[in-house]
Amino acid sequence: LSGSRCHPQVVPGVDSATRQLCFEWGPAEMLVCETLFGGRGGCRHAPPWATIGQPLENDWATMGTPLGNWAGEKRPSSSSVFVVRKDQDVYVQTLRKLFNESHGIFIGLQRSEEELTGKSRKAQLVQVSKNYRSVIRACMEDMHQAAVSARDPALHNQYSTQVSILSAMELIWNLCEILFVEAAVAGPLLIRLLDWVRLHVCDVNNMVREVLSSENPSKHELFWNVVDVFVLQGRMDEARHLLSKEASANPASMNMCRVLDDLMKKMPVPSLGNMQTLTEMELKWQHWHEECQRYLQDGTFASNSHMESICKVLLGDENAILEKKELLTTWYHFLVTRLLYSHPTVKPMELPIFIYHVCYLPPQSSMDLFLRGESSAEPLDIILMAAFEFEIHQVIKECSIALSNWWFVAHLTDLLDHCKLLQSHNLYFGSNMREFLLLEYASGLFSHHSLWQLGVDYFDHCPEYGRVYLELHIERIPLNTEQKALKVLRICEQRQMHEQVRSICKIMAMKALRNNRLGSALSWSIRAKDAAFATLISDRFLKDYCEKGCFSDLDLIDNLGPSMLLSDRLTFLGKYREFHRLYGEKRFSEAAKLLLMLMTAHIAPCSFWMTLLTDALPLLEQKEVIFSAEQTYELMRCLEDLTAGKSDKQKFQDDDVETMKVEMLRLALARNLARVIVKEGTLEGS
Amino acid sequence: AMEDVCAKFVSQKVSKARWRPPPAAALRPPDCFATGSWDNEDNRISIWSVGDLGNVGLNGEYQGEPQLLCDIRHNGDVMDMQFLDQERIVVASSTGDVTIFRHHQNNQTLSANQRWEKAHYHVDRQASCGGAACTGVICNNPEIVTVGEDGRINFFRADQKDPVRTIDNADSSTLHAVTFLRTTEILTVNSIGQLKIWDLRQQRNEPSQIFSLTGDRVPLHCVDRHPNQQHIVATGGQDGMLSIWDIRQGTMPVSLLNAHEAEMWEVHFHPSNPDHLFTCSEDGSLWHWDTSTSVSEKPSFLHQGGRSSTYFSHNTINQSVVSAWLSNDPTKDRMEITNLIPNQTLSVNSLDVLGPCLVYGTDAEAIYVNRHLFA
Repeated sequence: LSGSRCHPQVVPGVDSATRQLCFEWGPAEMLVCETLFGGRGGCRHAPPWATIGQPLENDWATMGTPLGNWAGEKRPSSSSVFVVRKDQDVYVQTLRKLFNESHGIFIGLQRSEEELTGKSRKAQLVQVSKNYRSVIRACMEDMHQAAVSARDPALHNQYSTQVSILSAMELIWNLCEILFVEAAVAGPLLIRLLDWVRLHVCDVNNMVREVLSSENPSKHELFWNVVDVFVLQGRMDEARHLLSKEASANPASMNMCRVLDDLMKKMPVPSLGNMQTLTEMELKWQHWHEECQRYLQDGTFASNSHMESICKVLLGDENAILEKKELLTTWYHFLVTRLLYSHPTVKPMELPIFIYHVCYLPPQSSMDLFLRGESSAEPLDIILMAAFEFEIHQVIKECSIALSNWWFVAHLTDLLDHCKLLQSHNLYFGSNMREFLLLEYASGLFSHHSLWQLGVDYFDHCPEYGRVYLELHIERIPLNTEQKALKVLRICEQRQMHEQVRSICKIMAMKALRNNRLGSALSWSIRAKDAAFATLISDRFLKDYCEKGCFSDLDLIDNLGPSMLLSDRLTFLGKYREFHRLYGEKRFSEAAKLLLMLMTAHIAPCSFWMTLLTDALPLLEQKEVIFSAEQTYELMRCLEDLTAGKSDKQKFQDDDVETMKVEMLRLALARNLARVIVKEGTLEGS
Repeated sequence: AMEDVCAKFVSQKVSKARWRPPPAAALRPPDCFATGSWDNEDNRISIWSVGDLGNVGLNGEYQGEPQLLCDIRHNGDVMDMQFLDQERIVVASSTGDVTIFRHHQNNQTLSANQRWEKAHYHVDRQASCGGAACTGVICNNPEIVTVGEDGRINFFRADQKDPVRTIDNADSSTLHAVTFLRTTEILTVNSIGQLKIWDLRQQRNEPSQIFSLTGDRVPLHCVDRHPNQQHIVATGGQDGMLSIWDIRQGTMPVSLLNAHEAEMWEVHFHPSNPDHLFTCSEDGSLWHWDTSTSVSEKPSFLHQGGRSSTYFSHNTINQSVVSAWLSNDPTKDRMEITNLIPNQTLSVNSLDVLGPCLVYGTDAEAIYVNRHLFA
């Protein structure tokens, strides 16, 4: 179903054995339903989008709700539509913190783009990686708190599962940070791996705490276990501290303790600061190793099996280390301990071979020992092993399969891509792995009713297909309030997505029109520069005016400003309203001029000319002469054009009112002409 | 300073954040605020405490993150929210409902106290989707005024079931925000760049005055009035522009100030320190506008607070000295502006300032509190 998913997943509730299935792809979801195709011939379609998915335990989230007998058949089991989602974790409430906080880190990383070089750039990338991890850890703590306070056992289990998934995610990320992001070199590599083990092997912490807090630690039955834990994790200072307690409590072993303490003290440790060369370190190590060997062989520790086995551990004796299997708990702890005491200056490129020898080769094949009889390795083991073998693509692939979210692989891959570790790898579909995974993750966010806003920025940083994805997804965001529409609109406008801007404004304008909010509708079409729609709304306004005899929404029409020019009809509406205002303010000659201009300049639609001519009537009837002779002639021509333009048939259908109006107009025009000729003649004569 | 800010991710997009007003006599800073969410399947009103509840050390140094005291489900997006008094919050919903919630401080619960269903509505009020989003609410206990996408203005009293008065079709475009100018007058802003004054004493359903942006009629989203000098009004628009208006004169803004790159969602004068103004925006920034430096440079006799304005004729140039907000060229070394959010990403939908405290909420599902604003 996806490029990286290679084994089938069962959608619970769908019976593919006995029935035909049909499906419909969506951007982040898929609809699956049973069909009668083949049974009766012809495929029947279920009502679309009839159910809403709810996350279940596995990574395919489904919920089927019977829809009644939509096909009209007596086969009730075929009446469910399943919404199948790929990214289930997007719907986990407590993970929203992870998505939101990491979104900020992601944006920061994209913005930081390569202004720094070399060491400072690496330090920056490591910091980004640590920030991601600290978000995972914070989320894990919240989830842990939630698990502790959950009363419902099912809920408790759900939270606990999430805690262990998050913890595994952090474990993997941390290892990738060491090996790939920081790309620690020989020396520091081991120090980092030790830190990694100390941070994540928590099973023994309770035991350590119990022994350390007991009144007399050296008498505690688990005392040597704790010393062993410290030695296995390379925590020499703590081990020596415990040893000193043993020495003072047990004078007989004082000498032995002193020798062992001395060995531990002298153990050479790779330094982080590059103060010593690898050769120096190796030389020191050789000396120290030989010293340990000497003490072991001369029987210094012969009388104390605990100390003798510790000395063997220091010598890197595999059997001695494996004896403490229970304290190591995992194969990767064992691996790091082995490295610490047999190859502390391991180079990154030597790791795969070392692992092969330690974990897989007989006689000990330690991998099998730690997998506790499980027939095959767990996904986590496979992922960590792939990381140790520097198979980055394998790590990403296995994580995609094993984890129930795209968050992890998308962010990790993006980070590794910024480390320039993935550039050679192109997929046979889409653009590259980074983009493919980001698109998947962001699509998941867009399928969420609230997290969609985060998805926008991820699409922005997918150069190949991000834009197309965004265009497809953004149009599907439900716009329940104007405020939300404005937010979506802003996203589109910032990215010059003109098509989407137009469509959103149109949707909002239509909504407003349906709600009889002509003013709002007009605002929306002005914003979309949608001339056709502005004309439609202007016509509604004019129709309202003709019916009611007064304008609604004057506050808007009086304030159209430059937007009046968007459509001819809108211009006419604005100008016509201006005529009414002038008339109301008794600025008759200006009003008359404007009225005439509306017709002669063909701003007014023909259907409206009669109304305009009727509006001229009161002006013609004023005591004072308003229309000049020339204007009167023009008015007359307008009237004749209007009546001539109508066919005889139409004339016949016109009611008496219309005929009477025309007659009245003709009369008024003639009288006005008479008056104006007299007036103008008088003026000329004087 | 930024290190004084503490953040909390709350797993819901925050549309509103409001400080609870402290008791009238109390001098201490607010310790409690309310938030509302939007765009969730399940939206909520939440009450948060900052400090004083065991998470702050005796010396007051330690700043714990906000702690959730209680929350309650809210039907629809929370569009606006105002405290009516110390216990009651009035909430405007995208469904058109206006609800008063009561915060019971003895057992830390919230309950719906009173609801005006579909106070804002379109043609068919009875239809299931007949409600129109209520976009703004303002209170002056017991009076409540609401505006909405339906262009309607409602006047309620907290103790009365029916609205005291309704102006249908008060505006032909969407009303985005409302505030009190005086006890008997309100200000509204709309989606065609107009600022209107409504006189509640008049029975006429018309605004007493209309002010308007010139040019492109950019929608106005928020409005606030200077707490002492009531003729000074600030609005924020769709283009992120801050407009300062002197409602005693002219019909156009006195000054236009540019800072945000997208919708300005809220503008607030600092209630007790009105030389400071705060704005937040869809572009993810929160600006602090500070004119206090310019005032301190002036001869002290001119700086006599709000009332001194009456000494000057309305048209003198000296007028700008009275309030730096009305200066003819406020950008010229008169005003310091600071973005309080570095690395901005998603929208800052709401902010509130009270005393030394600032709270704001974002679409990145986080709330932020700064308790040392002027430190």
